[in-house]
Amino acid sequence: MPATLPADKRLKILDAAIRKQQNRPDALIAVLHKAQELFGFLDTPVLWHVARALRLPPSRVYGTATFYHLFSLKPRGEHSCVVCMGTACFVKGAQKLVDAVGDLGGITAGQTTPDGKVSLLVARCLGACGIAPAVVLDGTTVGTITPDQLTARVKEWTHGS
Amino acid sequence: MDHDELLRIADAERAKAKPNEIRCCTSSGCRASGSADVLKQLKASVAANGLNDTLTAVGVGCPGLCSAGPVVMSHPDGGMFGKVTAEQAKGIVAALSGGATDAQRIDPNQPFFRKQFRVVRATAGQIDPERIESYIAVGGYEGLYQALQKRPDEIVTDVTASGLRGRGGAGYPTGLKWATVEKMPPGQKYVICNGDEGDPGAFMDRSVMEDAPHQVLEGMAIAAYAVGANQGFIYVRAEYPLAIERLQAAITQATKAGLLGANIFQTPFEFKVEIRIGAGAFVCGEETALIASVQGLRGTPRPRPPYPAESGLWDRPTLINNVETFATIPAISRNGAAWFAAIGTDRSKGTKIFSLTGKVKNAGLVEVPMGTTLRAVVEELGGGTADGKAVKAVQTGGPSGGCIPASLLDTPIDYESLGKIGSIMGSGGMIVMDDTDRMPEVARFFMEFCADESCGKCVPCRVGTVQLHGLLTKLVERKATRHDLDTLVELCQLVRDTSLCGLGQSAPNPVLSTIRYFAAEYEALLQPEEFARPPRASVIPLSVV
Ligand SMILES: Cc1cc2nc3c(=O)[nH]c(=O)nc-3n(C[C@H](O)[C@H](O)[C@H](O)COP(=O)(O)O)c2cc1C
Ligand code: SF4
Ligand code: FES
Ligand code: FES
Repeated sequence: MPATLPADKRLKILDAAIRKQQNRPDALIAVLHKAQELFGFLDTPVLWHVARALRLPPSRVYGTATFYHLFSLKPRGEHSCVVCMGTACFVKGAQKLVDAVGDLGGITAGQTTPDGKVSLLVARCLGACGIAPAVVLDGTTVGTITPDQLTARVKEWTHGS
Repeated sequence: MDHDELLRIADAERAKAKPNEIRCCTSSGCRASGSADVLKQLKASVAANGLNDTLTAVGVGCPGLCSAGPVVMSHPDGGMFGKVTAEQAKGIVAALSGGATDAQRIDPNQPFFRKQFRVVRATAGQIDPERIESYIAVGGYEGLYQALQKRPDEIVTDVTASGLRGRGGAGYPTGLKWATVEKMPPGQKYVICNGDEGDPGAFMDRSVMEDAPHQVLEGMAIAAYAVGANQGFIYVRAEYPLAIERLQAAITQATKAGLLGANIFQTPFEFKVEIRIGAGAFVCGEETALIASVQGLRGTPRPRPPYPAESGLWDRPTLINNVETFATIPAISRNGAAWFAAIGTDRSKGTKIFSLTGKVKNAGLVEVPMGTTLRAVVEELGGGTADGKAVKAVQTGGPSGGCIPASLLDTPIDYESLGKIGSIMGSGGMIVMDDTDRMPEVARFFMEFCADESCGKCVPCRVGTVQLHGLLTKLVERKATRHDLDTLVELCQLVRDTSLCGLGQSAPNPVLSTIRYFAAEYEALLQPEEFARPPRASVIPLSVV
């Protein structure tokens, strides 16, 4: 039996969200979204907690959490740089953006820098294809960006704070 | 709410309008370029110049030319500005009364705008997507009112007569689908709007949800009445936060106005809508996978039949249509089936929105009648490539589609013509490529996508796409021989013929279409057979997997 969660405020918010969904098992994806928003990622205690609350076998909760790309079972960095690798961005040179940030942080797509500062992620089309290549920096979409502009933004994170 | 009240809201909204309006695009594309600040400054300038009595600054949906964003328009004189900065806002307001502005002007009479024919996007760029009154003032919910004056089967007949085909990819006749659900015995039925739009490079569904959320709801409500459903779901991908926000606001407003919920237009018709948010899985756009996902399960497809129309959400009859399909319905209800059927070609009726991107000068959204040629869209509306290079190919239909070479640009865009040349209409992504783009690399890109997104339920797709990706990598890295190329083609056919759902069945399309039209590029990468020694099976035969 995995460790139970400390009774902090985030857990109370999660429980309230689950109650709002009337503990319905079909709300699983919505509940996982909420949990990830609160805790940053989905670790085992969180998944077990959700399973108990929705009266679902942990295998189903785990199976669902691992199926969807947006759920992360690992902690993410303090900042996130999501590069769109959709077709429009691909033909507009998105790979160069991934390489530039990767080289800067010594990481590849999907990884977080050893100091935990920056996570480099790729996405499949952000729907901003008209301004490709597009990236999302800490939740804000930026279009028509060059590798130099992007590395400058990422450097602000690593040196700025 | 009754019909008189609807008309009163429309009248009041129109009476409130000032003689002049400055409209600023607030959709995702322009937002990413800072349009929220631009709008704020525009509003401030209007107030600072004491123009509040004659001029309003409003946020509107995407006028289409996203590559020029943030886009600002002045109404009614039709002025248009691109790449507007917050600092330029003042000048634009001043320009309305003869002042000077250094903002870059966009010609509103260029083919990009002039050659469009807008049905679904008719009001985008003109109304505020966040206010229901703004939608009602341009005839919103009139289509629902008119539908409710008819019998459900009459509406199904209308939709069938309109010739509308599904805009989500396969082009299945919408009327036929509605008829199937309508004919199922009464009882709990559902309507689902597919707003997953996983197709990379396509964003017309996002834009319709952001720019005209009420139009989607109105279309769903008409559908629900026609097939006898009282509950609807909109499945939206989590990557579209603004679409989710605006749909949610629209549902709240429509419910408050009595246009959703119980006794709509004082009839016994009842319809509620809920939003379900995806979590990043391309396969969830497939209808049976989507249904599983709405129920909180892993989004894996199941064999059909039974089709969702007979047994879908919680095993009940379920009507599932694409965003654009639903958003077309209000116009058909208002203007009649014959009006719609007169647009387009013999077998592909109406208009289609395309998201024109890649190496094209004017990137954005265009809506044109079916039957328009690819050349017209890419060269006239799109203005060719940005740097004047020759167009090499146009990719349509995303990972399920194909690459159409420049020599076939005169092909009319309709379901059958595109199919004949080895591509598909798909959801409407259109990515322009020039001669710096290497087709085997493009094919590998799509295969990586499919291998990544395969749900893993069936072997041909799960294993086949990975093997295909490996072969394409070998090819791109100049390590492949003719034998590998032959294996590639063979395996493509196998995966196509034996996969369970559309993802696996169509994954080979980009490979086969590029081999068909750009064979020389593949040939040029091949190595002589002796380089491949010692002989080694380049793929694991499926029989041993
Ligand atoms: C792998 C896969 C992904 C799909 N993705 C979408 C999608 O994102 N949006 C969509 O409307 N239809 C998508 N479809 C098609 C749907 O299964 C379904 O046919 C469609 O939503 C029906 O609506 P329509 O008749 O209005 O086109 C996809 C199909 C497959 C096989
Ligand atoms: S074809 Fe691919 S995506 Fe479709 S069910 Fe099979 S494994 Fe899943
Ligand atoms: S392909 Fe990158 S935003 Fe669509
Ligand atoms: S998003 Fe503003 S013009 Fe398309």
